[in-house]
Amino acid sequence: MGGPSSSAEAAAELASRPGHTNLRSTLVRWLMITISLTFLGALLAAPLAAVFAMALERGWAAYFQSFADPDTRAAIRLTLMTAAIVVPLNTVFGITAAWCIAKFEFRGKSFFITLIDLPLAVSPVVSGLVYVLLFGLNGWFGAWLQEHEISIVYALPGIVLATMFVTFPYVARELIPLMQQLGNDEEEAAITLGAGGWLTFFRVTLPRIRWGLVYGVILCNARAMGEFGAVSVVSGNIRGMTTTMPLHIEILYNEYNFVGAFAVASMLSLLAVVTLIIKTLVERGAGYRRR
Amino acid sequence: MKNARQREPSVIPGFGITLGFTSFFLCAIVLIPLAALVLKAAGMDWERFVAVITSPRALASYRLSFGASLLAAGMNMVFGFAIAWTLVRYEFPGRKIIDAIIDMPFALPTAVSGIALTTVFAANGWIGQYLEPMGIKVAYTWIGITVALTLIGMPFVVRTVQPALQEVQRDLEDAAETLGAGRFYVFRRIIVPTVLPALLTGFTLAFARAVGEYGSVIFIAGNMPMKTEITPLLIVIRLEEFDYAGAAALGCVMLAISFVMLLAINLLQVWGRKRMMVSR
Repeated sequence: MGGPSSSAEAAAELASRPGHTNLRSTLVRWLMITISLTFLGALLAAPLAAVFAMALERGWAAYFQSFADPDTRAAIRLTLMTAAIVVPLNTVFGITAAWCIAKFEFRGKSFFITLIDLPLAVSPVVSGLVYVLLFGLNGWFGAWLQEHEISIVYALPGIVLATMFVTFPYVARELIPLMQQLGNDEEEAAITLGAGGWLTFFRVTLPRIRWGLVYGVILCNARAMGEFGAVSVVSGNIRGMTTTMPLHIEILYNEYNFVGAFAVASMLSLLAVVTLIIKTLVERGAGYRRR
Repeated sequence: MKNARQREPSVIPGFGITLGFTSFFLCAIVLIPLAALVLKAAGMDWERFVAVITSPRALASYRLSFGASLLAAGMNMVFGFAIAWTLVRYEFPGRKIIDAIIDMPFALPTAVSGIALTTVFAANGWIGQYLEPMGIKVAYTWIGITVALTLIGMPFVVRTVQPALQEVQRDLEDAAETLGAGRFYVFRRIIVPTVLPALLTGFTLAFARAVGEYGSVIFIAGNMPMKTEITPLLIVIRLEEFDYAGAAALGCVMLAISFVMLLAINLLQVWGRKRMMVSR
């Protein structure tokens, strides 16, 4: 997914060609760069800067004060807990799915991949809705769950399920193309020489896919911590109880507590920035690039 | 050849268990819940189902969701191409940072981009204050919805067009220019045909994401029934009224759109691969 490392050479090569250094191509060049930067500035840089500007509007003291609020702390705890459950499960799933798809040929494989990608195409609201229909009070298992005093919707399990649905494909999507590209030869050699399946995975496969795995996991984590629509539908928005960080942002924002809302938003923005930095490092360090 | 080799019985273990585990997980988390949605809607009688999904409020929300998503995906086709072109063809200070920041909408929570865009484009915001005197109201109108949907769709177009642009054969361009073709002719006859499948795939991906988007839109939308109410929001409102069947019916419409989009994306990718093979 990363940038073309060869494009510096390409640009140099382009500049050295006859007919490419004339006035018109210079104009086009500046026009294209200006359009791109203006677009990204208005849509990406300005909003991101606004998050921090608004969070620090009343100074650092007010900024840190907003994290003293017990509801904000509860929201941060809930978000961390959700991610701590969802990310490992989806990582295990991602590795298993990638192993099954990249290492073997079977009928209906491309359909299988489409099914794994399905959550990416489904509206987050629908992703939450399905769990309400299953486990909500009027849902299929609603009566049974109430009888046994188990709450799924409007509680942690529902939030975890909805988050899992939404972040389901991320690790698998990162690993499948990578493992397909790496091929089976080294694993086959290891097995032929007598290594077991687990040993082969940990000593042969894992070291080769680790950078792709790292990126898949951090992206999955960023999406898990930031999911809004699906979680909003299943959470019931019980303040300090079932509000994750993004939901808490909504509550504070609607109460005109802008410093508080943007302070929480700034933490999630930092998470996004860190995610992108790790991604860039991973791509550079491994010389590995997504399609 | 590759296929023939892989069809030999593999010595690699774990096929049954990984396929079983993946299928089980897929069914438990994704397929059974989605089936529950379809069955819930199927449990309604047909007339009521049709009445719910064709109510004036629902129709207005489809118009808005589709219109704004199409417009946003179209904007992304133009600006996404410009950005991809700039990143692939030009060297300028900060290019690597720009390249890294493109993925921001993937990593940034939608609620954060929602409140941030609203702040920037509100009448007294950094950008809104210059648009307001021109009579352009962005926040709390359909324009704001389009802006939010453009932001979240942008990386899809850039990231599909970027590799395709790198594939454009430079020697072909040079040959054409040597033979006397103008830059525009080269663009139209060599660059556009190579990039077109990727551009359309990016457009469809951005559109598919935009139609279902919720978090970044509801803050900037104003959420007025019939005017600035997107379909996902209408589903949430139905749920809050405990109208589960109504929510399920609208959810089915959204799900059907998702399936159509997935099909379109797959067909576009097959078409793109075929074109690549012909051109080589």
